[in-house]
Order: sequence, then structure tokens, then C-alpha cells
Amino acid sequence: MTTTTSPNAAPDTPAPLADVTRDEASLRRFLHGLPGVDQVGVEQRAAALGTRSIKKDAKRWAIDTAISMVDLTTLEGADTRGKVRGLAAKALRPDPERQDCPRVAAVCVYPDMVEAAVDALKGSAVHVASVATGFPSGRTSREVKLADTRLAVEYGADEVDMVIDRGAFLEGRYMDVFDEIRAIKAACGEAHLKVILETGELATYDNVRRASWLALLAGGDFIKTSTGKVSPAATLPVTHVMLQAVHDWHEQTGELRGVKPAGGIRTAKDAIKYLVAVHEVAGEQWLTPNLFRFGASSLLNDLLLQRRTQVDGHYSGPDYVTVD
Amino acid sequence: MGIFEYAPAPESRDIANLKDHYRPFIGGEFVDGSGEPLKTVNPATEEILAEVGTASVSDVDTAVRAARKAYDTVWSKMPGSERAKYLFRIARLIQERSRELAVLESLDNGKPIKESRDSDVPTAAAHFFYHAGWADKLDYAGYGPNPKPLGVAGQVIPWNFPLLMLAWKIAPALATGNTVVLKPAETTPLTALVFAEICQQAELPPGVVNILPGAGDIGAAVVEHGDVDKIAFTGSTEVGKLIQRTVAGTRKKLTLELGGKAANVVFDDAPLDQAVEGIVNGIFFNQGHVCCAGSRLLVQESVAEEVMEKLRYRVSTLRMGDPLDKNTDIGAINSAEQLAKIRGLVESGDAEGAQRWTSPCPVPDRGFFFAPTVFSDVHQSMRIAREEIFGPVLSVLTFRTPDEAVAKANNTPYGLSAGIWTEKGSRILWMANKLRAGVVWANTFNRFDPAAPFGGYQESGFGREGGRTGLEAYLSV
Repeated sequence: MTTTTSPNAAPDTPAPLADVTRDEASLRRFLHGLPGVDQVGVEQRAAALGTRSIKKDAKRWAIDTAISMVDLTTLEGADTRGKVRGLAAKALRPDPERQDCPRVAAVCVYPDMVEAAVDALKGSAVHVASVATGFPSGRTSREVKLADTRLAVEYGADEVDMVIDRGAFLEGRYMDVFDEIRAIKAACGEAHLKVILETGELATYDNVRRASWLALLAGGDFIKTSTGKVSPAATLPVTHVMLQAVHDWHEQTGELRGVKPAGGIRTAKDAIKYLVAVHEVAGEQWLTPNLFRFGASSLLNDLLLQRRTQVDGHYSGPDYVTVD
Repeated sequence: MGIFEYAPAPESRDIANLKDHYRPFIGGEFVDGSGEPLKTVNPATEEILAEVGTASVSDVDTAVRAARKAYDTVWSKMPGSERAKYLFRIARLIQERSRELAVLESLDNGKPIKESRDSDVPTAAAHFFYHAGWADKLDYAGYGPNPKPLGVAGQVIPWNFPLLMLAWKIAPALATGNTVVLKPAETTPLTALVFAEICQQAELPPGVVNILPGAGDIGAAVVEHGDVDKIAFTGSTEVGKLIQRTVAGTRKKLTLELGGKAANVVFDDAPLDQAVEGIVNGIFFNQGHVCCAGSRLLVQESVAEEVMEKLRYRVSTLRMGDPLDKNTDIGAINSAEQLAKIRGLVESGDAEGAQRWTSPCPVPDRGFFFAPTVFSDVHQSMRIAREEIFGPVLSVLTFRTPDEAVAKANNTPYGLSAGIWTEKGSRILWMANKLRAGVVWANTFNRFDPAAPFGGYQESGFGREGGRTGLEAYLSV
């Protein structure tokens, strides 16, 4: 992953692409010069890859890998410290009866809940992620967004999930979006930045590709599909486009950036389809929580149930996994 | 591949209900042919699958007489709405027995099960459904009121899509009121003989469909037979020319679907990732054993390097191996003979100075396999740019302007299909008008539908199959 040069300064755009972000016009030219995405083609490919057969050892491996990639998330107006502590406990011991069950990657909460999460996860390797920047609509001033981000980081979040200004993007004000991502990245300091594109509102695959590149150019460590508050949230074809973007980014710059589909992924079966896409579209080296995450709340329990089914040889039912 | 190994998911070969022995189908019965039996081989393992009784020249005569009798007494007299019922019944039986047919096809042909299961068999059924719909509506097909069938159709089909080519031939022939004598390819006779069982199950009147396994001499005997009214052939240009000479001067109607060397043209504004998918699908579908395969990639120079990089990465993810495994993308080459032909042409590419790149995918020790191969630095003067390879080998050429793309795409003795990749709609229409090819795909490749006519220009043959136009080949108009 990229390293920040110093706190409060976003890293520069890598040399081969430095000129691209020189001014509004060149940024626009670059984004509109990206190859288009053919809707029929990408949806066909996504459907075809979804039919790979993952069974037995491959399935066990995939389930454990998926568990280790989950950002266990609660983003409700009704969130309380108690709820967050419960989630943190689950993150540390996803399956209390099976010590070999991997931990999840992170717990993802609103900024004001970060302290509670950090406290509950102290001393563990589980990260604390926080949605900042006026999540989920992002309809507030940049000052407020920056303050929101700083708050999350001060409270101890080591990952920040920001939302882009979809209004500015759809108006074609790409430089504003770029500047804002860079400013937030700078405010993150050492924390990793995940840039939420809210692909459901971007509407076209061409826009998804442009927004992906915009976020990568601006220094986002991850590109993330959705807030989970807008439908459609993550879809396989959209994730394909984003995986292709990080693959191409790596080809051009040598840097590895991550992808996080979020919202609507509820079953182990679906999660495995995403892993196949990661494997075949981005490449094998993306099959790590450092470069791929699932933003999900209900996915984990299905993964745990399926994990038990694989280990025990029979299905145990929803009462055998914890509800938090 | 490395850490994420997919689980093998092979279909059981038991589903194919493979028998030790198969026999020709004449006059509604399976009979002992008087030809030398042939052994059909599983190209993925080189094991013998079954012994197949073949027809002799005298059996051809018996079959044509059976077809003539069925034509005169039953089939041509039957109202179209009645014929439709048989065709619908056949279509449904193909669907009911689709798993059996798919597994059998993959065993006999070597194609991946995902293709036989998801493409060949459903499309074969679709052709019967589609033509069943026409059987009682021929008055409205645009050939005047009450168009007449031709009589007995002699049909010879290739080994690349054994069941599908059978459907392309038999469905329109029966819908229009003709009867049929069909010779499947020597290396892939099995699904045609299971289709004969389906004809029995559908209680199709005896003699309407006759199926004669055998080698080229039996095909020739069908073509030469004096009481055959129409010849339909799909296969190599070489054999097609021979047939055309044989038929010349007779009253027989002829349609030929022959070879191809399709250009797949990628412009710099194309949706490149999907273009790469289309290139892969265009040439590696069915191991490149496709007459309309996009075997000549014409890519605009300004994006050539980028496309090649993406293409190599994508091709290296293709999984080659057991055709019955549903994770397999590339199956086996149909025969040792075909493998040798592919190798010969690939060596000519090396010798003439093209740059060969081969996918690093593991190649099975047994069986006839050829790893996906891409030649760059190919020029129009090379054999690999001109001759049909009929294998998983792509030749990549470049162009600078749309006019040059058209000139190069058309610079071939063939003309079966072409592909255009660009986000510019006006250029698609302009190109499609200029390209001499029977089918032009835009931003996709290898899409088939019974309603869309298929056929070629120049040495790719003449006549159309499918759609309203395809009916003409079986009607006296």
C-alpha cells in the first residue's frame, strides 16, 4: 500500500500520471479518454465468472479468506456504545466455539462511535474504520468534512471511508472531487483512505470507471462501491470495473490499491463469486485483506454457518451463530 | 494458478448413457450398415468411446429411397401445422435429454461442458422451436403463397458443432416439408445417433430423417445420389469446392457453409476490456474450431500495445483441461489429425517471422490439447493471416485508419463473419456496410440466434441458414 510522505500532505500522483492532474482540462481529457465500458459485455463476463465451481478445500479456503476480509459494519442512527462493543466482541471471536476461525479485518462505525470501538478492540489486529465526510450523502461543506475526518482519526480510527461529492462529479467538476479526496487523504494522516464512489448514483459503468481512476489519482488507498444507503449498492459487474481499474493502475504505476464492495452482499455464495472476480480480473495478489474488503453486516453470519457446514459436515442453523 | 485452486467439478460420464455400439438410422430403424465400423475416440483422453457401424454406398441408396417414400407418402402431404407438432416435440425432447446430449457431445468432441451445456444443446433446441413456428406460416415467409418443398435433402455436417449443425440442417428442412439423409462427421457421430432416438421418441414418420455415419466417401455418395434434390454442406472450403463441381449441371439445389478467416476490428475508442473479452470469445470459443472464429485481430496501432498486454493477461487466465469439468474454458482439439494441422500452421508462423506467445497454462499429458496461442507482428502476406487454422491460434495485425481496417478485413478469400469494436455508432454502421462478411457483430462476437441468417461471401460459401432467409434454401421459389 502507499505510504504517506508526511502527515497532512497527500502523496503526489505517481510520475507516469503526474501530468494528468495538472489542471481541470487535462484531468477531464484523461478521464474521458479512458476506454468505455460495454454494459452487455461486462455483465456477461460477471455472470460467466459467477459459475466457477468452488467446493471442498477451495470453498473452505474461500470462506476463511472472505471472513478475514469483512469490515463488520454498523451504520445506524440508533447505534450505541453497547451495540459497538457487541460488534467488536464478535469481530474478535466470530465463532466463539471455534478458535481456528479467522478474525475479521475491521469494525466500521460512525465517527462518534470510534472511541468505543478502539477501546473494545485494543491490543488486537482488528482495524477500526470510520465513515466520515458527512456520510452518507456528503452534502456539507469541505470544512465540515475535514473536521469529521480529523475527529475520526483523533478518536483512533486507522481507516477512513469517505464519500465523494457525486453532485460535483455528475456536474463534471472533476477537479473539485479530486481536490477534496486529496484534502481528506491529507487529513487522514497515517490512516488508510477508502473512497466511496456510490456507484448506484453514478448510474453508468463509464462513470464508475472514471470515478475509480479519479479516486486512485487523488491517492485513495481503496475504492469502495457504496455507502449501503443507496440501491443498487455493490454489484458484481460494478466490482469488475473497479477491479479492472486497480489492475490497470498497478500496470501503469506499480502501486497496489484495494477494492471494497459494500452493501447487499449477504451470502457466502455471493462472497465467493466476488473472490473469483478478484482472482481472475485483478489478479491473485489482490486476494488479501490488505487489498480487498467486504463492507457487510449480515454476510459474516452466513460465512460462519457455511464454515461450520464445511467443518462439521452438516448445516447447523441460524441459532448456532451469534447475533449482535 | 496459485493459492486459489478451484475444485474439480466434472460431470459424470454416466449421464451420457454411452453404449458400446451405435448403428446407422434408416427408415425409422437402427440397422446394421454394411460399411466398415469405425471407432470414435474421446479426444481428451484418446480412449475409444464406442464402435459405430457405418453406411456403405448401397445403404445410401436405401436411405434415399426411404426418404423419398416418406416425402411422397407422408411428409410433403402433411399440413404445416401437423409438421410443426413433430418439430415442437423434437425440440422438447432435446431439452429433456439436454444433460445427456451435452455430456455425450463433450465426450465425443472434446469441447468444454459449459459450452455444450450452455450453448450447443440449448441453441439446437431453439432451432427446432423456431422452425416449428414457421412450419404452418410458410405462406407468409415472403416467397409467395404455398411455397413447395424441394424433396429429399442430402446433408453433410462437420465435427465442430455436431448436434448444433445437425439442428441447423434438419430443422428448416423438416419445417418446409423436405425429408433428410444426413451424414455426421466421422469423428463425432454419437449425438446425431442419439438424435435419431429422439426422432423415434417423437414418433416421427419412418424415413423422414435418416442418419448415416461414415467417412468422406459416404458424404460423396449422398451428394452424388441421383434422387437427392438438395445438398446442404457445412465444412471445409476444399470439400465444398469438390461438392460444387459434383453438383454442377444437375438440378440439385446447393448451399455451402465453408471456412472463414474473420477479422475482429478493434478501434482505439473501443471498450477495451470488453473488446478483449470479445477477442478471447471470438477465437478461443470451442478451441477455435469455429468457421466464423475471429481469427484475425485487426487492432488500431495507437492502442495495439495496450490491447496486447490486456489480451495476454486475460488469455493466461483461461483454464485448459478436462472438457467435462465445468471450470474448463478450453477443451481438447477434436483429433490427432487436426492437432497436426494446427501445429503445422503455427510452425509456418514462426518460420515467416511472426512473434508467437503461448499461454503458460498447464497442458494435460494425455489427449489432444493445444495451448492458447497469440501471434503478433503478423502481416497480410503470412500464411497464418490468410489460411484458416481452425484451432486456438490468434493472428494479430494492426491498422492506422478506418479505410485501412476495411481494406485489410476484406483482403481475404473468405467472408463469413467480422467484428467491430468501437463506441462510435456511426462508424459501426459505416463499417458494417463496407465489410464483405455474412455476419457483422458490433461490440460482441459469436452470438447466434435461430432468427438471424448465417452464411458467407466468396470462399465461405453461399446460401443462408436461419431466419426467414434460411427457409429459401429448402423451398422451391
